[in-house]
Amino acid sequence: MDVALARDWMRAAADLIAADADRLTQLDSAIGDGDHGVNLNRGFTAVVAALEKSPPETVSEVLVKAGATLMSRVGGASGPLYGTALRSAGKALPATAEVAPADLGAALQAGLAAVRKLGGAAPGDKTLVDAFTPALEAFDKAVAQGGGLAEAAGAAARAAEAGAEATVPLQARKGRASYLGERSIGHQDPGATSTSLIFRALADVS
Amino acid sequence: MKKFINDPADVVAQALAGVAAAHPELRVEIDEQYIVRADAPRPGKVGLVSGGGSGHEPLHGGFVGPGMLDAACPGEIFTSPVPGQILAATKAVDGGAGVVHIVKNYTGDVMNFQLAAELATEEGISVETVLVDDDVAVEDSTWTAGRRGTGATLLVEKIAGARAEEGGKLAEVAAIGREVNTHSGSFAYALTAGTTPAAGRPGFELPADEIEAGVGIHGEPGRRREKLRPAKELTHAALDAILDAKPFPGPVIVLVNGLGGTPLIELYLIYGEVARHLEERGVRIARQLVGNYVTSLDMAGMSLTLCQATDEMIRLWDAPARTPGLRWGA
Repeated sequence: MDVALARDWMRAAADLIAADADRLTQLDSAIGDGDHGVNLNRGFTAVVAALEKSPPETVSEVLVKAGATLMSRVGGASGPLYGTALRSAGKALPATAEVAPADLGAALQAGLAAVRKLGGAAPGDKTLVDAFTPALEAFDKAVAQGGGLAEAAGAAARAAEAGAEATVPLQARKGRASYLGERSIGHQDPGATSTSLIFRALADVS
Repeated sequence: MKKFINDPADVVAQALAGVAAAHPELRVEIDEQYIVRADAPRPGKVGLVSGGGSGHEPLHGGFVGPGMLDAACPGEIFTSPVPGQILAATKAVDGGAGVVHIVKNYTGDVMNFQLAAELATEEGISVETVLVDDDVAVEDSTWTAGRRGTGATLLVEKIAGARAEEGGKLAEVAAIGREVNTHSGSFAYALTAGTTPAAGRPGFELPADEIEAGVGIHGEPGRRREKLRPAKELTHAALDAILDAKPFPGPVIVLVNGLGGTPLIELYLIYGEVARHLEERGVRIARQLVGNYVTSLDMAGMSLTLCQATDEMIRLWDAPARTPGLRWGA
């Protein structure tokens, strides 16, 4: 992945989130307060603007800047969680113009670890971790089998989508949906869904 | 959706402009999005900062002023403020004696305030956090997000605010705030869902004869759906849920709080039921407050909060407060 591709990824993520903002908001209305699409759309629009205003020179800088922008613009739980994910991933990358798929996989694992530490969520809690975790497993597996970025990103996107769908029967144990108790069962988690969009964006541009 | 707005995206900033125009005794930073006492920072006084999503007015911005908060950070509607915003407010009120953050137990609020506290600490400001989690409708558990912070937030802000105003040290102000929270329990009902300007439609649909029991303050559904019953029965059930969850052997401060769409006549009717039922259960009421204080936009509904009050808490409750949303003795 080079810096142009990293920027394209963030732009594609912003486009997918904008297109799906209503769906994310509807998912959030069922078990949260119905603003996930609105908030994330505001954040990723700001990310695209920030990257255009002063274009970074490394993949690392793209992700760090995107994460910091989300943290300062989104609020709620999504801001710190997605912000930490991208910032920590960016910081784990070498400061080079281009990074290998294995480096990106390792950096995203660092991002996931930071998210889990901040939010305290584990797989099965009905959060974005339920899409993020299988996505990275699929990504790493594809890379280990000699696949390129396109192949790994495609596998990650499919695994993230399956992970998001698998949150439907779960009872939420973290976040606002957890206050509904058993009533959170039967609804797809909006955070896991937006995570699958971000991996879909990576697959689309790779 | 019928609302007095111009553009759903700019509701918070435009409301802050209105707050600034209406309250010259406050300073409103519209770009950084916080409301602060005009005389801040006050040297030697512990600063109190609270915040959370907008849509809960008068919480929190309406409780900025002598005797309560030094600053409040309103986030987007039902969305917590961001760390930069909280840091700016914290710096604005730091008079060298440290700053107390009053945080409702919602994942987003907790994380953003935690990040802000870390940044403030790096800049040499001592920060103590008081987490409010009074909602007994949610089971307390170490491996979930835990109980929500709702009506008791007002009590914490009033009582800790009074302690700071009379010169309490950082640890003392935080301690009394935590004590109020520990001694408080709340339970809420919704008759209708609220409507956020961004979504444009109610958060959930309710048949005419049904209510949501155990709701929070963010327009989400509650713990369960029930048939509408007379106010007396609902009030008793809510009080019993609170009294069963926490011991209330001594006198209590009672808050009958409207969620934004319920008129005072119904809230007073409920207070009458509260007073009768508590008397029957042998719980003495030391102080009471009835009105719309911790709201959820235009949700019709109400919450009950009981705080088992010590003499010290009652003394601080009675201390003067001069804020847009709560004012007595000053």
